[in-house]
Amino acid sequence: MANDLTHIYKLMSRLCLDDTQKPSGMNNDVLPKQPTYYEEVERKGYSRRDFIKFASMMTAFIGLEQSAIGQVIKALETQPRMPVIWMHFQECTCCSESFIRSSHPIVADILLDKISLDYSETLMAASGTQAEAALKNTLEKYKGKYILCVEGSVPLGADGVYCMIGGKTSLQILHEVSEGAAAIIAWGSCASNGCVQSAKPNPTQATPIHKIIKNKPIIKVPGCPPIGEVMAGVIVHYLTFGRIPELDNIGRPKAFYSKRVHDTCYRRPFFDAGLYVESFDDENAKKGYCLYKVGCKGPSTYNACGVTKWNGGTSFPIQSGHPCIGCSEENYWDNGRMYERGSAFAGFGIEADADTVGKVALVATGAAIAGHAIATNIGKSKLIQKNEEEGRESEHELKS
Amino acid sequence: MSKRIVVDPVTRIEGHLRIEADIENGKIKDAYSSGTMVRLLEEILRGRDPRDAWAFVGRVCGVCTSIHSLTSVRCVEDALDITVPANAELVRNIMFCSQYMHDHVVHFYHLHAMDWVDVVNALKADPKKTSELAQSISHWPKSSPGYFSDIQTRIKKFVDSGQLGIFSNGYWGHSAYKLPAEVNLIGLAHYLEALEWQKEIVKVHAIFGGKNPHPNYLVGGMACAISIDDVSGLNAERLAMVGQLLKDGKEFIEQVYIPDLMAIASFYKDWGAVGGGLGNYLVYGDLPTNGYRDLTGYKFPQGAILNKDVSKVYDVDLKKEDEVQEYITHSWYEYKGGNDKGLHPWKGESKVKYSGPKPPFEHLNTNEKYSYLKTPRWKGNAMEVGPLARVLVGYARGREDFKAVVDKALTDLNVPITALFSTLGRTAARGLESVLTAQWGLEFFDQLLANIKNGDTRMADSTKFDPATWPKTALGVGHTEAPRGALAHWINIEDQKIANYQLVVPTTWNASPRDNNGKMSAYEAALIDTPVADETQPLEIIRTIHSFDPCMACAVHLYDEDGKTISRISVVGD
Repeated sequence: MANDLTHIYKLMSRLCLDDTQKPSGMNNDVLPKQPTYYEEVERKGYSRRDFIKFASMMTAFIGLEQSAIGQVIKALETQPRMPVIWMHFQECTCCSESFIRSSHPIVADILLDKISLDYSETLMAASGTQAEAALKNTLEKYKGKYILCVEGSVPLGADGVYCMIGGKTSLQILHEVSEGAAAIIAWGSCASNGCVQSAKPNPTQATPIHKIIKNKPIIKVPGCPPIGEVMAGVIVHYLTFGRIPELDNIGRPKAFYSKRVHDTCYRRPFFDAGLYVESFDDENAKKGYCLYKVGCKGPSTYNACGVTKWNGGTSFPIQSGHPCIGCSEENYWDNGRMYERGSAFAGFGIEADADTVGKVALVATGAAIAGHAIATNIGKSKLIQKNEEEGRESEHELKS
Repeated sequence: MSKRIVVDPVTRIEGHLRIEADIENGKIKDAYSSGTMVRLLEEILRGRDPRDAWAFVGRVCGVCTSIHSLTSVRCVEDALDITVPANAELVRNIMFCSQYMHDHVVHFYHLHAMDWVDVVNALKADPKKTSELAQSISHWPKSSPGYFSDIQTRIKKFVDSGQLGIFSNGYWGHSAYKLPAEVNLIGLAHYLEALEWQKEIVKVHAIFGGKNPHPNYLVGGMACAISIDDVSGLNAERLAMVGQLLKDGKEFIEQVYIPDLMAIASFYKDWGAVGGGLGNYLVYGDLPTNGYRDLTGYKFPQGAILNKDVSKVYDVDLKKEDEVQEYITHSWYEYKGGNDKGLHPWKGESKVKYSGPKPPFEHLNTNEKYSYLKTPRWKGNAMEVGPLARVLVGYARGREDFKAVVDKALTDLNVPITALFSTLGRTAARGLESVLTAQWGLEFFDQLLANIKNGDTRMADSTKFDPATWPKTALGVGHTEAPRGALAHWINIEDQKIANYQLVVPTTWNASPRDNNGKMSAYEAALIDTPVADETQPLEIIRTIHSFDPCMACAVHLYDEDGKTISRISVVGD
């Protein structure tokens, strides 16, 4: 029964059921009294110990030092719930789909239970005027206090008529809904860099949010789509600390976008050893060698795929044998052919071409093999020799 | 005297759809369906590497994710005469089946159920009776009185709070809701359970395609190498996970989705006579068992039915000029040779030109152009595509597996076969084909294991992957059955680049505006005579629209920035 209950609570909270929120309208100036995370957790039957465990997990999850646990607990104990408006513009709904796949159960539960999803064209029961009324209600009642999530780009071409909802252009709507937002989350590559519809020649003038809204904090969460748990992690960061997560110089949360897929890739040692898949389904593919030569953009892509992975940690593109296509990077659609090796990878020096990369790989190969030899020292010399030979062949090809 | 009402946004769909309807004497007299967003992906595709196209067009839709990518690689393989290894076909089939299982369950519970299930009314249910009812229709273990009473308690607190989140302003208490409180409570409980479940079945895509939404595909096969003695490839652990996910998914469909569908349908039999619409059905077919090129081996047979006459199934040829044609009489485009003729996609041309009212506006001018979707026709006929079309064609082709599930459903509900031609029939057909795809998914999985056991571990044919091996020009067509219906892409490759890429997608067939003869497409036709009890609450309208499972994002057409007409390039929306 206990398990059953836990399960139900998990399920309920996935739906953002704000059952204990007081009816609105009691006080127009402040948010209605809302339960804190701790009250909510307690009410759900979790112990204080469970709560601290969760807070520790969240601390680790959002990349903080252990010393910050106290801060996280305090934040969770005192922060009210947050109304959320989620708009869809020029998009394919893959971000919403990814979000509902967020899979760390208790984390996702509490996250979703902490927000009141007041407008979401994908999930809300109401349509038409009833949907618009729900939106208007939140815009007015929670002015300055709601989070605006935007999925999709905004077309500026032809005065915005390439995307219209309820007889208004997405541009008109964006201005309306962003005015009272506490912060904006630009979900996915569409909202944060324009994604596929902004690829050359960008016929509708698809434009990311930060190029239109200048006076609000904007968190970019790129990726096509972003990983579900990353989306959840961004929201919990805001709710925990009452401020947006620390962002890098182009507006992405450092917690999830500060490392290259290449640097967190489990196939990296094969790159260092100069061992590559030459063509799909070849012997090297079966051995799980590096996909760089068949076009992997991991070396120029900042994302959490190699660590967090996808769909509850099931896999990520490279693990399933396909090169990273760099979907979280700006202009990734116009960055050369998908199956050609990268020509200008960050980290290999400015404008390094494939030959230079090859030389870097050459040096790395020696180091890696030497290191490997020292570490194992015995018994593996044959294997190393074989790898070394294969590596030399690859290097030769890289140079040629 | 009729009254015009507008439903925009239509929610619980993919993308942006607007319905305008004229209501007279409590019924819909006339209806107009408008797609209000475009992205113009086909122009973006021009000049790019055909091997990359699947990634671009995959982004047409993140709900029926993977299906455009599948169609795209087939299209290029057709152009380059590539035959994929048997294992790649099986992996694609397994991904196809798991896609249906996910998409149809999510549609039923999260996009459609609230049209039939009154969330607030579930509060009045007796948990003990609910439990008895649940246990009488299914052996799903989560069905105790305590399970239902806990959910009810939570919902009560929730409703009392006045802060309803996604349930805000729903149509609760509307006279068109007919379920007993106990069935409402089961529906609500399983809404929540399905939300938890859906993230599991997509892991099949993550294993083979690296991620979901938007798993990776590959021209020539699949990228996931079989390597039973290596941790990096498909080995016993990875395959066992696929098998488990398919088995668990099948269990959920058979023990939760189908019992709920039948229980709910039994209270809405009157909707077996509402929303029928065109009575013409079109299916391209999919799930090859003897290679993609052998149409006779498809699990979903191809064919067209006209005027509800299931005694005759017509063959369909996507390459024939007089079969599939697109019209723009009421679409925001221009044709060089005039707006009233239809063009086969190979000879299509499109220049987007918005001529509707300046936003913000109250109404579209539905006498003129009123949508970004073109209007496809098959031999001049407006056709419905989707689950109902597939089930009817399978049935009409005399396929035993289709007959078995259809006949059982009709018997269980005690309704005649004519009840299929309706809103209810569409919703039921989606469930029935979910049962079939769940079974087939496991069949394909067993075949994959057998192949590997027999030593066949090939997953991709790379012999024509190098563009240097390609002919100077090549034409290809790729087709599939997306969850929402017949889908095809056309490609024209010149000098190793895309010269022309076109998509004609399911929701374009269904949601398009009128054609040159004023004939309605499926949405509009299905809305005619739908009863509307309360003009201010469009519940009945969204019931019928949701029964099609709209997916609007693909409303994409070609556009020339210089204002020139570009021949042989066009497109439409899924």
